[in-house]
Amino acid sequence: MDSVDRAIINRLQDGFPICAEPFVAVATELGIAEADLITRVQKLLDERVLTRFGPMYHAERLGGALSLAAMKIPPHDYDRVSSVVNALPEVAHNYEREHALNMWFVLATETADGQRAAIEKIEHESGYPVYNMPKLDEYFVELKFKV
Amino acid sequence: MNIINETATFDAIDRKIIFASQSGLPLVSRPYHALAEQVGISADDVMVRMQRMLDQGVIRRIAAVPNHYALGYMANGMTVWNVADDRIDELGRSVGKLDFVSHCYHRPRHLPDWPYNLFAMVHGHDRDEVQEQTARISTLLGDACKGHQILYSTRILKKTGLRISG
Repeated sequence: MDSVDRAIINRLQDGFPICAEPFVAVATELGIAEADLITRVQKLLDERVLTRFGPMYHAERLGGALSLAAMKIPPHDYDRVSSVVNALPEVAHNYEREHALNMWFVLATETADGQRAAIEKIEHESGYPVYNMPKLDEYFVELKFKV
Repeated sequence: MNIINETATFDAIDRKIIFASQSGLPLVSRPYHALAEQVGISADDVMVRMQRMLDQGVIRRIAAVPNHYALGYMANGMTVWNVADDRIDELGRSVGKLDFVSHCYHRPRHLPDWPYNLFAMVHGHDRDEVQEQTARISTLLGDACKGHQILYSTRILKKTGLRISG
């Protein structure tokens, strides 16, 4: 990753224009060629420096339901339960964390019923209870990292 | 928060645009034209609709999401706080304004196992940095907070975006 990559990462976290040739617009700002920008973004995605590039949809405003859920899984059963949880398309993120509640995942479903069904499925297939923690209020969401 | 009032209207064509773009924008010179071809409408229509969804907040933003580990943010702490219910809105907004907090939410307690009702994600290059950040939140919350913990992530088990069916 060089200084151009870093400038791209910083710039693209701030938003990407909606216009016919948006890469030209951003490349011009950064003082590089459009083709160079596209190639570098592809490479940053391939190398998993970027996890996503595109529109971030707001689940609740689409009528969907989003929740954070946690489970307490004994170490010997962790990989099995992780596979069970990850297999559901409704699970958007899943993180291992250092705590008695050691598995934390985000459920993104199109309906509240879908959320309940996903939780029941996970509980049934894993054999462990799910602690569901849907947000009651959102005070701030904006993930940006300067590099 | 009233979910119903926050639900925006979007039609079947919007839904096709969402389906076509939810895993990412095509990495081509004219990405909105590429989406338009998939959806079967004009590029102008795609751009007008996406701009409207952005204005309505259906699209939070169009941007890149970095992998924080790859950028050197090796310590990612989910800080959780047991905050007096009558002060949580005021204090949650204050915590959300701190520049090292990326997400801040009010969530339900699960007593007796889980007394924490305020969640703030903080990111540092190492755990010392996260601990300093946590101390700043603790000072801000003062007497209204009856306890807290930092849950460090040790592994990403899965990370994809929101998915809707086509």
